Amino acid sequence: MARYILKRILGMFIVIFLVLTIAFLIVRLAPGDPAALMLGPEATPEETAALRTELGLDRPIVVQYFTFVVNAAQGDLGTSLFFRQPVTQVLAARAEPTIFLALFSLVFALVIATPIGIYAAYRRGSFLDQSAISTAMLAASIPSFWTGLMFQRYLATDLGLFPASGYGGPDASFIERMGYLILPSIVLGIVNSALILRFTRASMLDILGEDYIRTARSKGMGEPRVVLRHALKNAAIPIITVIGLTFALLVSGAVVTERVFNIPGMGNLVVSAVLRRDYPVIQGALIVVASLYVLINLVTDLLYLTVDKRVRY
Amino acid sequence: MAAASAVADQPKFFTALFSRRAVLIALVIFVVLVLLCVFAPLIAPADPAKMSVRARLTAPGADYLLGADAFGRDVFSRLLYAGRVSLSIGLGVAAVSSAIGIVIGLMAGFFRRLDAPMSRLVDAMMAFPDILLAIALVSILGGSIVNVVIALSIVYAPRIARIVRASTLVIRELPYVEAAVSLGSSTFFIMTTHVLRNILSPIIVQATFIFAYAMLAEAGLSFLGVGIDPSTPSWGTMINEGRQYIDQAAFLIFFPGIAISIAVLSLQLIGDGLRDALDPRLSKDL
Repeated sequence: MARYILKRILGMFIVIFLVLTIAFLIVRLAPGDPAALMLGPEATPEETAALRTELGLDRPIVVQYFTFVVNAAQGDLGTSLFFRQPVTQVLAARAEPTIFLALFSLVFALVIATPIGIYAAYRRGSFLDQSAISTAMLAASIPSFWTGLMFQRYLATDLGLFPASGYGGPDASFIERMGYLILPSIVLGIVNSALILRFTRASMLDILGEDYIRTARSKGMGEPRVVLRHALKNAAIPIITVIGLTFALLVSGAVVTERVFNIPGMGNLVVSAVLRRDYPVIQGALIVVASLYVLINLVTDLLYLTVDKRVRY
Repeated sequence: MAAASAVADQPKFFTALFSRRAVLIALVIFVVLVLLCVFAPLIAPADPAKMSVRARLTAPGADYLLGADAFGRDVFSRLLYAGRVSLSIGLGVAAVSSAIGIVIGLMAGFFRRLDAPMSRLVDAMMAFPDILLAIALVSILGGSIVNVVIALSIVYAPRIARIVRASTLVIRELPYVEAAVSLGSSTFFIMTTHVLRNILSPIIVQATFIFAYAMLAEAGLSFLGVGIDPSTPSWGTMINEGRQYIDQAAFLIFFPGIAISIAVLSLQLIGDGLRDALDPRLSKDL
């Protein structure tokens, strides 16, 4: 078991190393001079040359790559061209709304999707089951920014149920700031609940067909206990997996949702960075998010060990 | 196996495909949508670029079926022409990502030495959230239809590669591949004829889903203003353009959103149907 965990952690480092390599290559493989690309067409040759030296682009590519990886390993992701601050600082300053947006929408999705998924599996083929599946598929087909815009227009602007956009002023309290995240979290949660619902239903269906469920029923155990104690416990593994996978969806969704609701989070920062040609920030965001994804999936894999005693590596 | 026999036995394949009425309805809707867009020049009541100051933000009605935008252009006509762009991007991404994914997956599955490095590379690629990676790629390549297709194909190719690798690993060990090797068939011939032909079903199913995801992703990129040239109408750019008029003319956003949702939903239903019909071993419940 210790060997398995060690092997997985080693594998994680290899993948993160590859993530760094890909992030490095994305900017370097761009057609033309990255410095000229970052400064835009108005830059003078002197400015471009100065930036080349600053970013170390005048050194051999192998040296650049080596420096990049060593710096990143030490937590240095370069300097933002726009903010003139370390990328890690720029990202950290925008992390709060993104983290809470992702968290709230995950909670919202779980609260909606898990009970419906369990019930749909339990009443397989019923009207409720059919409607749950169709609604989930529909939710996964609607662009989240479209739902966001519609909710913003009708629920926030017209009915005034939620703040329409922003994240409160500079003096807004924590509670006030979180209030701005309610509607965006619902929008993002709807999209993610689709995947969680389908996974929950499918894994419950598998489990409900097992022998030990029949045994539990035949010895007269009450249905709620069969479903919640016996079935749900064993269906937990795939549900944990899907929470890990949902992370990628949440981040992609957050980028767009933050733009709709004008929330100053990491997603909004990345889109602005694209428009400002601030490549170190884009690169940094890619590395941070992908590394988190790899880490979360490692954690969910290791959680199997505690949830399901049958899993032995 | 499944693909070859199912395609050879066509009536059976179609019976299986349409055994769920939703799949048949989805296919009909999708075909109608494609035809509307393909024959846009014949169907569209107006030139999609023709502006009219007097018609600015006209609500849907007799003159303008789905209303007119901020420049007085007919929304219905623009929707049909925009659909050509959105559908082409979806189809393009499905085709290109499948091609890249097949090559990577076959190599990883067939050559043991390449397996570990290629699989780790695929893992690393899949660690990037799709929109984020696409944004980064488009920002480097520049926003154009071709570049959006390239960027999204790079984003989705690992999904195909993973499926192809897994299927190749199984098929490689089957007796008929062994027989082909002992008969002296070239590796390329075995990979394309024996292996690829037998793993087409999961590829087709996955490509259908990628078609749908790519349309959603393109709309997202265009909405963020980092996708295709904003002057080219796609369903995503239409929503982006209409955004500033959302309080006066929500219909500018409403209709393109409905168009995307219908296209994506029907593609997902078709994908589900294809999965059941082509490869019954795969789970029906997911």
